[in-house]
Amino acid sequence: MAENNDNMAGARVPTVIADDVHIVYRVNAGGGGRGSATAALSRILRRDKGESRGVRKVHAVRGVSFTAYRGEAIGLIGSNGSGKSTLLRAIAGLLPAESGKVYTDGQPSLLGVNAALMNDLTGERNVILGGLAMGMSREEIRERYQGIVDFSGINEKGDFITLPMRTYSSGMAARLRFSIAAAKDHDVLMIDEALATGDRRFQIRSEERIRELRKEAGTVFLVSHSNKSIRDTCDRVLWLEKGELLMDGPTDEVIKAYEKETGK
Amino acid sequence: MSPAPSPDDGLSPSQLAAKYGLSVSGARPGLVSYVRQLWGRRHFILAFSQAKLTAQYSQAKLGQLWQVATPLLNAAVYLVIFGVILKTSRGMPMDVYIPFLVTGVFAFTFTQSSVMAGVRSISGNLGLVRALHFPRASLPISFALQQLQQLLFSMIVLLAIVVGFGSYPALSWLLAVPALVLQFVFNTGLAMIMARLGAKTPDLAQLMPFIMRTWLYASGVMFSIPVMLADKPAWIAEVLMYNPAAVYMDLIRFALIDGYGSENLPSHVWAAGLGWAVLVGFAGFVYFWKAEERYGRG
Repeated sequence: MAENNDNMAGARVPTVIADDVHIVYRVNAGGGGRGSATAALSRILRRDKGESRGVRKVHAVRGVSFTAYRGEAIGLIGSNGSGKSTLLRAIAGLLPAESGKVYTDGQPSLLGVNAALMNDLTGERNVILGGLAMGMSREEIRERYQGIVDFSGINEKGDFITLPMRTYSSGMAARLRFSIAAAKDHDVLMIDEALATGDRRFQIRSEERIRELRKEAGTVFLVSHSNKSIRDTCDRVLWLEKGELLMDGPTDEVIKAYEKETGK
Repeated sequence: MSPAPSPDDGLSPSQLAAKYGLSVSGARPGLVSYVRQLWGRRHFILAFSQAKLTAQYSQAKLGQLWQVATPLLNAAVYLVIFGVILKTSRGMPMDVYIPFLVTGVFAFTFTQSSVMAGVRSISGNLGLVRALHFPRASLPISFALQQLQQLLFSMIVLLAIVVGFGSYPALSWLLAVPALVLQFVFNTGLAMIMARLGAKTPDLAQLMPFIMRTWLYASGVMFSIPVMLADKPAWIAEVLMYNPAAVYMDLIRFALIDGYGSENLPSHVWAAGLGWAVLVGFAGFVYFWKAEERYGRG
């Protein structure tokens, strides 16, 4: 990477350091969730006999350590449920670590605003709401509004942006979400399988945008099940399995071992 | 690209982090910088509350008309049951009792729905908490703000009813504004306390309706506390009248209703209202902030 060559040998600047990170989810699995009000009351009363009842622990990430440097693009691979997305959230500081620490340079952000958007609102209002949720100012959003709408291509088939999002096709909604998410600049950027949305034309456009974001961002993390898109974008790969870091190295080496293991 | 031997090789992760000025991800900011962050997100807080409010009725045919129709129907139900059938007015003339009742219901609903929304504000928005970065207090504040906007719609109905029963607009109506501001601060603090409790124990959402109903009956929404408890020891009535819900309710009634004079209010009632708002508002904020880095787990 260009940024690396600018630095003197041995003076690589770390942007993310994970130090023996453990993440545990606690899931309320007892009594089928939302029962009647009386069931809830009795559950609270039983609580003092120990937390074990009804609460299950899921140890999603077990002791992962690595250091990421400025200018690196790091892929995360592993089977479903291996802890990739969880690890990204911990790096972003969104999910607290049970033990261990994550040190970061600036505020890493996850590429995704899905959760802030509301299906009952128009696309227009969602662009504004999503932008604000990501921490953009009103002026920034006003500046980029047209760009976001144009990029999403929502208005190519009529004036859809003024309709509620629930009326969109799933592809259209996904495109708008990606457009909103990609409108912001990031220091450390994390992308969680966002490349596979929309039709072919939109995919090409979004891959371009990701490359742009990579240039602007210091460090990029990418979670993907497509080995091809990892090969295309990343120079280093972390392989997670059952929450443990199985391998950490140059893309080719790790992907080869991963493909051998998964029999592909 | 093989890493050259580096002077950093011997350093432990924490030493390395210190050397390059990296900070712990997701650490809780100080109280002052937290307030600053929160202020920076004020547009989001407002937009989120308005979006929630709009989304609420967007599927209905009458749309936003329900903002006013819902409190109107609510008032009508209470009017029929307590005013016409049960006649719980007890010593109050009807033209005072009906506005008294409706004000009480709306004011209590304001606190009640803020509490209920507060309980779910973190636990019901885990997706948001786990996906984006923002001071988490944005959520309970935003929900309390949504309830305030809802209340302003109810106020339209309320003012119409008050006028309909013979209390005409006067300067004293302006006193309702500081009363509502104090109640809003109180509600927000309470919503933040409930948000933290609810984030740890989502079961509270199921338990709260009982607690809120008890509070409702203890606050004199449908009856005047001193009249109802006339034959009981005086301290019971005193305690009930100084509970925050009763205080704010009475302040608004006093401001709006002609026949509801200061003799119905406990002494130093404004001080009580201010005290509750400052105490719960501040304590709630600090209590919520203390667990800032833990929201979103499990």
